[in-house]
Amino acid sequence: MTNNKTILWIVVCSLIFLCGTYAFSQEPTTKAPTNVTAKDTPNDDGSSITVTWDAVPEDSGITGYKILRNTDAGEFEEIGEQLKAGTTQYKDSEIEKGKMHAYYVQAITDSEAILNSQQTEGVIATGQWFHTGKIQLFISMIILCAAILGSIYLSRSNQDVFVRRIPGLEAVDEAIGRATEMGRSILYVLGLGGVSGPATIASMTILGQVARRTADYETTLRVPCNDPIVLNVVREMVKASYLDEGRPDAYSEEDIFFLTDSQFAYAAGVDGMMLREKPAAIFLQGTFYSESLILAETGNSIGAIQIAGTDSEHQLPFLITACDYTLIGEELYAASAYLSKEPMQLGSLRGQDWGKVLIFLTIVFGVVLELFGVNWITTFLQRVG
Amino acid sequence: MKRQIPLILCFVFGVVMLLTQFSPHSLSQGVYEEILNWARIITPFALVFSTITLLQTHITRIRRKTEHWQYSFIVFIGIFIMVVIGLPFGPQHPWFEWLFNNVQLPMDATMFSLLAFFIASAAYRAFRARNVEASLLLITAVIVMLGNVPIGELIWNTILSWTPWTDGSSWMKQWILDNPNLSARRGIILGVSLGVISQSIRIILGIERSYLGGGD
Repeated sequence: MTNNKTILWIVVCSLIFLCGTYAFSQEPTTKAPTNVTAKDTPNDDGSSITVTWDAVPEDSGITGYKILRNTDAGEFEEIGEQLKAGTTQYKDSEIEKGKMHAYYVQAITDSEAILNSQQTEGVIATGQWFHTGKIQLFISMIILCAAILGSIYLSRSNQDVFVRRIPGLEAVDEAIGRATEMGRSILYVLGLGGVSGPATIASMTILGQVARRTADYETTLRVPCNDPIVLNVVREMVKASYLDEGRPDAYSEEDIFFLTDSQFAYAAGVDGMMLREKPAAIFLQGTFYSESLILAETGNSIGAIQIAGTDSEHQLPFLITACDYTLIGEELYAASAYLSKEPMQLGSLRGQDWGKVLIFLTIVFGVVLELFGVNWITTFLQRVG
Repeated sequence: MKRQIPLILCFVFGVVMLLTQFSPHSLSQGVYEEILNWARIITPFALVFSTITLLQTHITRIRRKTEHWQYSFIVFIGIFIMVVIGLPFGPQHPWFEWLFNNVQLPMDATMFSLLAFFIASAAYRAFRARNVEASLLLITAVIVMLGNVPIGELIWNTILSWTPWTDGSSWMKQWILDNPNLSARRGIILGVSLGVISQSIRIILGIERSYLGGGD
């Protein structure tokens, strides 16, 4: 019995010894970061380098990473905060331009051990002249510009360009004529956009055409402005329109003035003008926000003929409801060409339509390809977006 | 020359600003930032000039004694107080902040709250079922409005509880917003984008010159 117990103990101890030896002879599962590379970040101005390394399993025991960098083969220094476990990339945006940088990555384990990766090769960051990520957008822009430029070029030889009737623009003469007959003023509101806003520029071009007619009819044109630079541009535009029509004496600088740059104070000021002066015609053209309905409803309440136009699609329902005529989106941009009747400007409208045809065909073609599992058009359009 | 120089400047700056959008190089981005800085520098000068035009307008109103001319004095008092406190002490001063929070903000809020009444009056006109289109608009608006308020769910779960859908009211609202509404909006946005491109080309190439006064 004693011998058997002794043998059993020897076997158990041997097994424990063998298991322990096997366990400690295994390499630790936590390894230093592998495949560490440092590359000049693409599509930037040469102000960053991106360091990447391989992902490790979640149970690897790594709790975080530290990045160390040297400059021109100098001392390595830790940069940035400690990165979370699972991170495989670090963008260093604090490099010295024109100098060579090398990196290595330290993995921090749950037992506070530090595992250093191999050092990367030195990298000098350079700026790129062309953003390759925007190539889809560039191609789309070239195609659409080519369609518009081609139409403008063709319109030089073919002067007969058909443009569908836009009731809102047909009504411009009617509105100005009405104000003239009633002996009341015309109120032109440019919205809240700055001078760099496309809708404000479109609005100013329409104002130039309206000013030509008010100069002819000797009708008072009142323009309260929300933006200081817009005010100065508008004054010059209207003055030049009056000069072109041979009526510089009819131009009144006092009628084009700055009201305020505050949204609701502007709405209150314009509403006050509407109620006091009771203009016969009101133009609401440009960029509008929530004040659009306040302005349009007040104009409606005084019985003025109202012609609105905006590219703010959220405000369009309000303007359509409260105004007599509304230029919807692209009609605002077509207004200047429509009113001037110049063939080259009208040609650009035809180019816009060709652009629409191209977009429509691309969408249809993309849908058909998607049905067959081919998605390169979808990917292309997503990158354009 | 009076017209040619602005046209040349417009062409050069238009093309340069367009190209900077596709080039991340530091030189290109430097040019972009520099041009934006020029625009920022112009703004304060324009603001001073604009304030002068505002004062001129109200001086004229007082001189001519037009309707409600007395209110023009409030403009002068308002400008005077804000300038006297704002210029020496800055916009972070408690007095300036008190005036902003207790005078301007409540007045802004008052104007904004008027919108509720204007929406009601505009909705009354728009939703009158005079023809097929207006009737469709009315039905759609009722569905969307009910989908936005708790009573919509209550009505659905009480009257239409036999249907297999539980959140039918909000589902219908969301379907309208995500499909017909979003499609129409995207159509408008596409048209606007093409309009902006077309207008930009006309201005950059000097075909559209009415911003110079409309003459040829």
